Amino acid sequence: MKLAWHEWRAGFRPGDVLVILGGLATCVFFALSFWQGGVARWAEVRAGGKVVARLSLDRPAAVDVDGPLGQTRVQVEPGRARVFSDPGPRQYCVLQGWLTRAGAVAICAPNEVSLRLLGDSSAYDTLNY
Amino acid sequence: MTRSTTELPVTNADVRIARYAAAAIALSVAEAAIPLPLPGVKPGLGNIITLVVLARWGWREAAWVALLRVFAASLVLGQFLAPGFFLSLSGALISLVVLALAQHLPKRWFGPVSHSVLAAFGHFAGQILIARLWLVPHDGIFYLVPVFALAAVVFGTVNGLVADYLLRHSPPRATSSN
Repeated sequence: MKLAWHEWRAGFRPGDVLVILGGLATCVFFALSFWQGGVARWAEVRAGGKVVARLSLDRPAAVDVDGPLGQTRVQVEPGRARVFSDPGPRQYCVLQGWLTRAGAVAICAPNEVSLRLLGDSSAYDTLNY
Repeated sequence: MTRSTTELPVTNADVRIARYAAAAIALSVAEAAIPLPLPGVKPGLGNIITLVVLARWGWREAAWVALLRVFAASLVLGQFLAPGFFLSLSGALISLVVLALAQHLPKRWFGPVSHSVLAAFGHFAGQILIARLWLVPHDGIFYLVPVFALAAVVFGTVNGLVADYLLRHSPPRATSSN
């Protein structure tokens, strides 16, 4: 038995192609509607555990937060945010660079400042089974 | 041995359904040996038989074959009444409802491939419904929906093509039976 391509192609009728294209369109629609959870909309800045600023990621902005060591500067651009500068000794939160996804966190522990991105629905920070 | 007092005449349709169901069960069991990346995403090779029966003998016999396959294959695989069984059953039921409607599409334009893709979406819908309501009662399961939908399109198309191939290469339906 030889399985030539034209034999398989004969299985497609005009409506079948429409149904397949419709199915693919449904996939794209599902992907767009269910995989948007990762898009960040807000940047939440905390100092000493308290929320001190909640910035929209629609437009550029910057906020200075005071901590025990000094001033931490958080910078926001459309769709992303970062810790621009921090007085902490190791600079981990600054070196993390731009945060883009909802749920991403940069923590400047020495200065007790944290930056967190939030989506429309709250993402998980932990999961257990 | 005393003769049984109850008569169970075996019709040609019974024999036919049993044969087709046996083929479908064999495909389902063989398929269980294929390693799969994600639970729930599988080719559903047994549905090829359902499609062939639908095209040749109509919806009633296709429903018999599909449901016999779900029950017997789960018994063979030791999945009977396990979660996987209920996923299969709800998928099969919804795809049979879909096929009952899809078989009335104009034959000139819509062949087994259409039936297969639509039924695959029916399967997917039935499974995700049971999974969301009972097995994983959390919206997190919808994260996998696009993957399932893509699998439905791909495997639905392939199964439909195989069914169409079988239909074109099988001997014409015998008229004396039934």
